[in-house]
Amino acid sequence: MSAPVPVGIPRRKVTVRIDGAERTAPEGSTILDVCRDAGVEVPTICWAPTITPVNACRVCVVELEGSRTLVPACSRRVAEGMEVRTGSDRVRRSRRMVLELLASSVDLSRAEVNILRWLEEYGTDPERHGADRRRVAEPVRRHDELYVRDYDRCVLCYKCVDACGTEAQYTFAIAVAGRGFDARISTEHDVELPESACVYCGNCIGVCPTGALIFTREFDLRESGRFDPEAQSMTTTVCPYCGVGCNLELHTQDNEIFRVTSPDDHEVTSGHLCIKGRFGFEYAGGRRRGGRAGTDAATGRDPSPPA
Amino acid sequence: MESRSSAGAPTPAEERVLDAAVGHSHDTVDSRVARRGPDRRHLLLPALHTLQDGVGWISPEALAELCTRLEVPRAEAFGVATFYALLRTEEGPRTVAHVCDDIACRIHPDYRAPAGHTGHQDGVPVGVHPSPCLGQCDRAPAVFVQRAGPDGARWTATGSLAGALEGEGATEPAPRVVSAGPAWLTGRIGVADPASLEEYRAHGGYRALRIALEMGPEAVLREIADSGLRGRGGAAFPTGVKWRAVAASARRERYIVCNADESEPGTFKDRALLEGDPFALVESMTIAGVTVGASKGYVYIRGEYPTAEDRIAAAIDRARHGGLLGADVAGSGLRFDIEVRRGAGAYICGEETALFNSLEGYRGEPRSKPPFPTEVGLFGRPTVVNNVETLHNVPVILTAGAAAFRAVGTAESPGTKLFSVAGDVNRAGVYEVPFGTRLDELLALAGAPDSPGAVLLGGAAGVFVSPGAGDVPLTFEDVGAADLTLGSGAVTVFGGGTDIGDIVERITAFFRDESCGQCVPCRVGTVRQNETIVRLRAGSALQGDDDLLDDLAAVMSDASICGLGHTAASAVGSALRLGLLNGVAGGGSG
Repeated sequence: MSAPVPVGIPRRKVTVRIDGAERTAPEGSTILDVCRDAGVEVPTICWAPTITPVNACRVCVVELEGSRTLVPACSRRVAEGMEVRTGSDRVRRSRRMVLELLASSVDLSRAEVNILRWLEEYGTDPERHGADRRRVAEPVRRHDELYVRDYDRCVLCYKCVDACGTEAQYTFAIAVAGRGFDARISTEHDVELPESACVYCGNCIGVCPTGALIFTREFDLRESGRFDPEAQSMTTTVCPYCGVGCNLELHTQDNEIFRVTSPDDHEVTSGHLCIKGRFGFEYAGGRRRGGRAGTDAATGRDPSPPA
Repeated sequence: MESRSSAGAPTPAEERVLDAAVGHSHDTVDSRVARRGPDRRHLLLPALHTLQDGVGWISPEALAELCTRLEVPRAEAFGVATFYALLRTEEGPRTVAHVCDDIACRIHPDYRAPAGHTGHQDGVPVGVHPSPCLGQCDRAPAVFVQRAGPDGARWTATGSLAGALEGEGATEPAPRVVSAGPAWLTGRIGVADPASLEEYRAHGGYRALRIALEMGPEAVLREIADSGLRGRGGAAFPTGVKWRAVAASARRERYIVCNADESEPGTFKDRALLEGDPFALVESMTIAGVTVGASKGYVYIRGEYPTAEDRIAAAIDRARHGGLLGADVAGSGLRFDIEVRRGAGAYICGEETALFNSLEGYRGEPRSKPPFPTEVGLFGRPTVVNNVETLHNVPVILTAGAAAFRAVGTAESPGTKLFSVAGDVNRAGVYEVPFGTRLDELLALAGAPDSPGAVLLGGAAGVFVSPGAGDVPLTFEDVGAADLTLGSGAVTVFGGGTDIGDIVERITAFFRDESCGQCVPCRVGTVRQNETIVRLRAGSALQGDDDLLDDLAAVMSDASICGLGHTAASAVGSALRLGLLNGVAGGGSG
């Protein structure tokens, strides 16, 4: 396949300085875009390549000359002559505190590897907030064989809400409810998912950075202590259900699928799938061969792809 | 976005309330077409209010029906309903008393700490909730009562809980208003009947609108810019710059928004203006509208100000009947009208972009700036958003002229300023003084003790003033140079003997309760700040707690999204620097 041909009006270039070095970027780029192009690492949690930034986590803050406060790199667009510092003591202090505050209030042990690395690199010390500190303390919601909601790990990055809503699925099954430290991801009046608008596309799982939303199979593997990255592999394939042609990444351990994703940069999916691609893999394991062929454990329906 | 759940049918009472609020379902939803006319989401908060007022709570059935009628996802509507302190999503007593336990009320001798519980009055259950500042500091201790049902009512009262519950319909005393210098903003309060357009006109009302229409928009913009008027909501931004930016916008649809969500603890000056001189706000907003080319304005009034809301609504109505609002404002051929919107108990909605979200039917979470409201404001359109007091200055400037306006105050802070003075003073009230009046002069006017234990300037987001700072002139530039802030103009006085540590702890609890929860520095930082202050006061400080408070202050003030987080450590920091945290404040007898 040939490289895509850019169309549209050519964008004006702006010149900015990042940590003293001059950089040129198309107008409309964010500070984060420019930093990434320049190989400058800026930590992010609530940012995702496929979702409009909400800049809620504030871990990507940088110092901008002339600004009274730090600014979020993920959403601030570059303007001609901007002078940005990404590694000053002031920047590092706020980032360390954001990471530490999160680690002090939720369980980050299943967070993305980068988040775990930053917790170390920035020298966070969640325990100094005292043993009696308030924590999110939500029970595990394990109600079906598809996915688990473990909000004790939720950092309220809003990505699941946006993926469920206007950024991908347009289902609007979940939203942030409550206020302040009591804010939680919730359906209306906290009804169970089957009672809500949820269509089980699992796009919320796909964007969750902390393991708060997780395939039930992966959750069980991890809870039982059998989760073993050494014994895992990933197979890329094409979803067999319809003609759209979504790429699937099947994550397996001991020849069992425990997670299904799609690449963020895939031009059809942008990382998002539907219930069939995400969860309709039961037949692949053939575990029910002795019973009725390919009956889905959760729905009782036959999830087999068309012959 | 259709939920599968059969949430059941709403009760007949809920149906009636919804019919009145948003119209009947069959009138509005035609499921045969994909595009169904204008977005009605902005009716969500008003409709939730009518359910709360009419039924006493927002049931799953009523929420589901409302969502069908407004075409709003249920989960999102639930997120909105649970954002606000005055809305309930669980059934409870029909009468709820919100008892103020904030900084001015808690030092009053008659104050009784409210425990969140269900009490009884004449055998009827009553929910009792602690409340942040109700803006009634001049008549502390204050209670705000919501009674739901067909005979529903909302009122504020003072004194004991039992007395407050019986206080429905009692005439609220107007705030004491005192001026030293020109009474430009307060001159009609207590003089002209706030219900009478004729009296408003007889006392100089609507002269400024006539002048504005004669001058034309360009001259008005120049006059406002020349006057040097700066915003009174806390940020002190030049009003003329804001107005000109919107007037020069390429987009035709524009809005005027009056921020009447006065919620800064210790502040009640906007209430005095709203209740005492409502036509002046209507006239000011009309001038803003015809000047910047907006045809629609909104007044967003906090839900705890029922009297102010009633009077503003009546004034708008009266002005409309008098031809001063509507399709042809005062015979000018220009269209402008105003709608009142009620807040529902959220300090954060005083932040201008949170206010827009609230008004549009979303959670009152602040937006990222830039873009600023003059570019992308209410409904995504260019918007002038001004505080009540700021707007009240507009007719003064147009009738007296920019030069006369500048003759009062200082070069950088022209005009007069309203201060809400309360706490341990003999004459709590709203004081209109020229900018540049010294703090000790203001305190003397209000009858503060000679050497109070502490003075808090600017409310919870403000700072404790050092005993030596009494000679600071109250101007934007002088308080800035002294590392103080005018903020909302709240001056709360604590007599000697007050446990200032308790006040500081209350301020940290206020920010914890009022954080919207959107960004991490504020959502978690305000909780940790409160926990640390509680430890320090209890003598159970952990090693490094001083550094921790510093770190929390740094991340909240530097990395939060909005002004709430930016200022959440301000008063605490000043109290620590002045050594006010532990023990009883020094000072005179109070």
